[in-house]
Amino acid sequence: MNRRNALARLATVALLGALPVSAFAADTIKIGLILPMTGPSASTGRQVSAAVALYQAMNGKTVAGKTVEVIVKDDTGAADQTKRLAQELVVNDHVAILAGFGLTPLALAAAPIATQAKVPEIVMAAGTAIITEASPFIVRTSFTLPQVTVPAAEFTAKSGAKKVVTLVTDYAPGIDAEKAFKEKFTAEGGTVAAELRVPLKNPDFAPFLQRVADEKPDAVFVFVPSGFGGLFVKQFVERGLDKSGIKLIATGDVLDDDLIDQMGDVVLGVTSTHHYSAAHPSPENKAFVAAFEKANGGQRPNFMAVGGFDGMALIYAALKKTNGDTDGVKLVDAMKGMAWTSPRGPISIDPETRDIVQNVYVRTVEKVDGHLYNVEKSAFEAVKDPVKAAKAKK
Amino acid sequence: MTMPLLPTSRADAVASAKAFLGAQSRVRPLEIAFWLLAFAALFVGRSHHLLLAEITILALFAVSLDLILGYAGIVSLGHAAFFGLGAYAAGILAQSGHGDPLSGLVVAAGVAAVAGFVSSFLVLRGADLTRLMITLGVASLLYEAANKMDWLTGGADGLQGILIGPLLGRFDFDLYGTTAFAYALGVLFVVMLALRVVVHSPFGHALRAIRDNRLRARAVGIPVERRLVAVYTLSAAIAGLAGALSCQTTAFVSLDVLDFHRSAEVLLVLVIGGSGRLYGAIVGAVVFRFAQDVLSAMTPQYWQFWVGLGLVILVLIGRDRLDDLGRAIVARILPARRSPEGTP
Repeated sequence: MNRRNALARLATVALLGALPVSAFAADTIKIGLILPMTGPSASTGRQVSAAVALYQAMNGKTVAGKTVEVIVKDDTGAADQTKRLAQELVVNDHVAILAGFGLTPLALAAAPIATQAKVPEIVMAAGTAIITEASPFIVRTSFTLPQVTVPAAEFTAKSGAKKVVTLVTDYAPGIDAEKAFKEKFTAEGGTVAAELRVPLKNPDFAPFLQRVADEKPDAVFVFVPSGFGGLFVKQFVERGLDKSGIKLIATGDVLDDDLIDQMGDVVLGVTSTHHYSAAHPSPENKAFVAAFEKANGGQRPNFMAVGGFDGMALIYAALKKTNGDTDGVKLVDAMKGMAWTSPRGPISIDPETRDIVQNVYVRTVEKVDGHLYNVEKSAFEAVKDPVKAAKAKK
Repeated sequence: MTMPLLPTSRADAVASAKAFLGAQSRVRPLEIAFWLLAFAALFVGRSHHLLLAEITILALFAVSLDLILGYAGIVSLGHAAFFGLGAYAAGILAQSGHGDPLSGLVVAAGVAAVAGFVSSFLVLRGADLTRLMITLGVASLLYEAANKMDWLTGGADGLQGILIGPLLGRFDFDLYGTTAFAYALGVLFVVMLALRVVVHSPFGHALRAIRDNRLRARAVGIPVERRLVAVYTLSAAIAGLAGALSCQTTAFVSLDVLDFHRSAEVLLVLVIGGSGRLYGAIVGAVVFRFAQDVLSAMTPQYWQFWVGLGLVILVLIGRDRLDDLGRAIVARILPARRSPEGTP
C-alpha cells in the first residue's frame, strides 16, 4: 500500500476521533429535522425547513420552560442516508423528536428507528397512505394523496361528468391517485374510459393528450408531480383541449403555489382539489403567507411549507401538554386527537390512525392583484385518509 | 525503477523480475497500521460507527469500480446497477424469511456476478464513449425495471418488511451501528486481502497491460476479451456485496440504490482518492463522506458547493503534486526506507 494514502487515512481517522460529542442538556429539547435539502427534491426541503424556522421565529424557541433546538440534516433524498441520520440523531444528539421526511421511502426507512428508540416521527411532507402504519410513533401533518383525490372524484361526479379519462405520472403516488379516483368515481356511477400513465422522467404529454382528445371524455383527471404542472397545462391548452369542452380537474400538486405564478395565464380557470392554498382567506393564513414571503425573499409558501409549519405547531402543543416531558409514548398520546386552526383551515390528528384530518378545498385559478392564485370555491370538511378509513370499516 | 536494465543471464532476468514483482506485492507497515487502526475504531468512538459503516460500504463499492476503471481501464457510469442488484437480492431474500446476513451476502454477490457476466459482453464492444452510454443504459434499464416490478421490489415506496437476523447467529444489528461497522469492515478486509492477490497475479498484470495498450496486449498473447469479462464479473460481484451490506445494515432498499447519482458518487470517490491503487478508493470514500458529513452539518443547503470547490482545487493542483507532497512527508518521517511507487 502507498504510504501517502495511509497517511491521509491516519489524518482522517485522527480528525474523526477529535469530533466533539454534543453535550446533552436537560433544559434543551432537540428536534432532528431530516429533509432532502439537495438533489431533485430540494424544493420540498427548502419549503419545509423555511416554515419550521418561521414557526420558531413567530412563536419563540421556548416551550414549557425549555429551549427547542432544531438540527437540520440533508439526506439528499437517499433512504439509506435518512436512516443513518435518524439513527445518529437519536443515539448521538439525543433528539426527542424526528421530523421532516420529504418522500415516502425516506419516511418508511426511518420508521424502525422511531419504533425502536420510542421517538415520535413527525412526517411533514411525504404523502403515501401507508406511512402512518409503519410505526406507532409516526404522526403526519402533511396529507395523503387519496385524501385529496377522492374529493376530486366526488366533485367531478357532482359536476355532471359521466365519462372521464385519468392521466397520472407512472410512479407509486400517481398510481395511488389513479386508483383512488377510479374507485370513487365509478362508485358515484361514472365510467373511466382510459387510464393513462406518463413516464416520470422527461415527460412529453403530447401523445397522451391526443389519446384524451380521441376519447372525447366529459372531463380529464390529472396528477403530475409539482414541477411538471405548468408544462402539462401549457400542452393541454396548446392542443386546444380547453376549448373542446373537456373539463380539466387536477390535484393541487399540479398547481403548486410555489410555481403557479410562473405558469402564465394558461392555467386560469383550472379546477383542482387540495388541502392548502396560499390564498386561503383566514387571518392565520394571511399572517403566515406574509411572514413567509418576508423571510424568504418573496417566495410563496406551498403545501409542503404548511406541513412543516403545522408539524412544529403540533410538536409545541404536545410539549405544552406534557409540560416538557419528552417521553415518546406520552408525546404521541398528547398528539392524538389534537385539533387546532392552521393556516390551511381547521385540522386535527386522528387518534386512531395518527394521520391528519383536514378540509379539502375545490379551487379555481384566478388572478388576485395581478398574481395567479388557487382561489377556494367550496370545501369537503374534515376529510380522513380514505384508504385507512376503508380498512377500518372492514 | 528498481529493475536492473541489463540482466546478464536469463536466470538473472527471472530473478530480478521476481524481486521486482515481489517488492510490489509485499505487505507494507502502513498497510498493517491502517487495518489495525480501522479495527481499533470498533472499540472507540461508538458515536461514529454508523458513519464509519457507511464509509466502509462506499469504500467497498469504490474498490469494485477501481478494479475495472483503474486496472482494466473500463469507464462506467452505471456501476450502481450491480450495487442495486445486490441490495435488492439481499433485501428480497431477507423479506422472504431468509434473514441470515452471510448467506444473503453470498446470494447477492452471485446475482450481481451473473448480471455482470452477461452485461460484460456489451461492455466489450466499442470505445470509452460507447461504454459510458452502455453502462449508463444498463443501470437505467434496471432502475425502470425495479420501478415497474412493484410486486417484487415495492416500486417507488421501497422494499417493505426486511428482517435481518443476527450476524453469525449471535450479534444483533444495534442502534449505534457497531455490529454494522464490524460486519462491513470484516467484508472489506477479506475483499481487500483477496484483491491484493488478484492485482499482483499474472491476471492483474495482464489487466494493466490491456489498460495501457490493448493492441499490444493482444500482440503478446493476452486473451483480452476473456480477461475483461472476468474482471467485469468480479467487479460486479464486489459491487453486489457492497449493495447487500447497505441493505442489510439499514434493513431497507429503495429505488435510489439504482439511481444515477450513486454511479456518479462512486466515480467522484475515485477521482478524490485516485484510481488504480485499491487503497485510493478507501481514502476517497473516507474523505468524501467525512467532508459531506461535516459540511452538510454546517450548511445543509449548500454543502455541495464546498465539495465542488474542493474538487476543482484538487484538479487544479493535480494529483501528482499531492502525491509528491505525500511522498515528501513520508520520506521525512521514514527517511531510511523508500517504497517503490505505482501500485499498492
